[in-house]
Amino acid sequence: MEKFSTLSGIAAPMPLVNIDTDMIIPKMFLKTIARSGLGVNLFDEMRFDRQGNEIADFVLNKPAYREASVLVVGDNFGCGSSREHAPWAIADFGIRCIISTSFADIFYNNCFKNGILPIVLPENQRDALMKDSEKGANARIEIDLEAQTVTSSDGDVYTFEVDSFKKHCLMNGLDDIGLTMEKVASIDTYEAQLSVDRPWV
Amino acid sequence: MSPKTLYDKIWDAHVADQSEDGTCLLYIDRHLVHEVTSPQAFEGLRMTGRTVRAPDKTIAVPDHNVPTTLDRANAETMTGDSRVQVDALDKNAKDFGIHYYPVSDVRQGIVHIVGPEQGWTLPGMTVVCGDSHTATHGAFGALAHGIGTSEVEHVLATQTLIQKKSKNMKVEITGKLNPGVTAKDITMSVIGKTGTAGGTGYVIEYFGSAITDLSMEGRMTVCNMSIEGGARAGIIAPDATTYAYCKGRPHAPKGVEWDKAQAWWETLFSDEDAHWDLVVTMKAEDIAPSVTWGTSPEDVLPITSMVPAPESFTGGKVDAVKRALDYMGLTAGQKLTDIKIDTVFIGSCTNGRIEDLRAAAEILKGKKVKDGMRAMVVPGSGLVRAQAEEEGLADIFKDAGFEWRMAGCSMCLAMNPDQLAEGERCASTSNRNFEGRQGYKGRTHLVSPVMAAAAAITGKLTDVRDMM
Repeated sequence: MEKFSTLSGIAAPMPLVNIDTDMIIPKMFLKTIARSGLGVNLFDEMRFDRQGNEIADFVLNKPAYREASVLVVGDNFGCGSSREHAPWAIADFGIRCIISTSFADIFYNNCFKNGILPIVLPENQRDALMKDSEKGANARIEIDLEAQTVTSSDGDVYTFEVDSFKKHCLMNGLDDIGLTMEKVASIDTYEAQLSVDRPWV
Repeated sequence: MSPKTLYDKIWDAHVADQSEDGTCLLYIDRHLVHEVTSPQAFEGLRMTGRTVRAPDKTIAVPDHNVPTTLDRANAETMTGDSRVQVDALDKNAKDFGIHYYPVSDVRQGIVHIVGPEQGWTLPGMTVVCGDSHTATHGAFGALAHGIGTSEVEHVLATQTLIQKKSKNMKVEITGKLNPGVTAKDITMSVIGKTGTAGGTGYVIEYFGSAITDLSMEGRMTVCNMSIEGGARAGIIAPDATTYAYCKGRPHAPKGVEWDKAQAWWETLFSDEDAHWDLVVTMKAEDIAPSVTWGTSPEDVLPITSMVPAPESFTGGKVDAVKRALDYMGLTAGQKLTDIKIDTVFIGSCTNGRIEDLRAAAEILKGKKVKDGMRAMVVPGSGLVRAQAEEEGLADIFKDAGFEWRMAGCSMCLAMNPDQLAEGERCASTSNRNFEGRQGYKGRTHLVSPVMAAAAAITGKLTDVRDMM
């Protein structure tokens, strides 16, 4: 997994609430057996018409936001389906950080497995960053995971909370499975006891 | 000992390792797998030379992509990428030696219907699947939730998940449901009250006489949509109804082992003075047959209501409702019962079980689907389908003008050819009314099976109580 330490980038505003994973990556793109190459399909039904032409007023089609690496989004982002294709598509497009007041649980976890940092901020701070991101390509947002800060283009600094284990994994690009394999003795012990306590499992 | 919730008890029984910061390795008792969210996980195992740690606890079934037409046994019916995914699952199940119900097996169906039906899902278990509606299995008093593909790979390789504990939320539905009001209306009403993010960070336990009065099928419907309320999982304590459902299922324990299991299951309830981080209470008598009008499951109202105005909301929801009404082709102030329907879909992991088909058939008996409408029933599993045929339900549906399909997820997410056309409006017993969910620009109204049956007869959203 790609490491995440600091990021300085253009932030694109998507104020709509409840953006679900069906919007992020519609079902027809779930038929792949690969993880890569989904960036071109990100937000497909909002981004392209049925002939495949770009819809001009969709934020990521605007010249200012084509290189965005941060999304500032409405409440409850990533709700619905558990499809990890959503963060795969987001990462493949080049977005490494998403800022909202709340994320759906499964999507939030999926982000950390794919080098994406989801940041939860209070509504007024998210709204301030949303306003900041509306300034376009000249306004860059800075994120420092080590310090747990977001800095707006005007220099306002907001601090955010992140689980210490998730932060450690993201900063070091660690593979969860490899880490768990180091604790295989605990799993062996648990399984031995399980066959005594709950043999029907 | 400090009092515990049911969730606390199941959690504690599954911690294989705990770090100082509270991060746990949670042991997984059952891992359900389907064709769409697993190929990359199996590929990951191959690339790293890892294997499936507990193939005997891993159960796979193709459901999302499979055609539901009667000719699906023909190799040509399932083509292209869908075929590639189903073939990949066939191969992965064989290569890694996991339990498998292929498309040709009568037991094939939606993974969340097959698991309970075959007795894989039992009280007190941890159950995960790369699918958000894994919440369904909470009906058994199991801790069950959806995971992403990276976590699917993690569970395949280690039979554990890295987890931190959620908070406890109590949802109590007191009293007794009125006629025409179902488990679906309970769960939709709860989401209407708490919102789609209301459950974020929580595991919900459902209480109250209206819950314990439900059959296992009804309880599965309630728990299924917990994810639409944002919760990690929904759970209902096991009781005599649960044991009666589980006993005798192919993979349920038998004899002395059953007795030992039940003795433990009977300890699985929330202690009297357990701590709740949040409590929500509703009266069953206040719940009406419900319908969604917008593009989020929280956009729900009793069928007797009118389409709301965007101005009646606050914050970001105002613009979201404007967008939803535009998408849905509805006007504020319009009566819900005036909304004309093109298609009716009965099925899904929310409402594709035998009781759902019985309830819908009861309304449809001797009636006809309105001229010009498309109506289909997609049983949740091959066994549900067989039972419905045996009980004569299939004939009622067919006589009424419904298509009688093979088992699968079908139009709930429209990954297979069962899709809405642009602008087509559907009364659906599924779980999500998102934009494009049932087909590009398709319009979905979520309802219960009896409400779907009523809409099929009249051609518009209808209060089923008027037909009873």
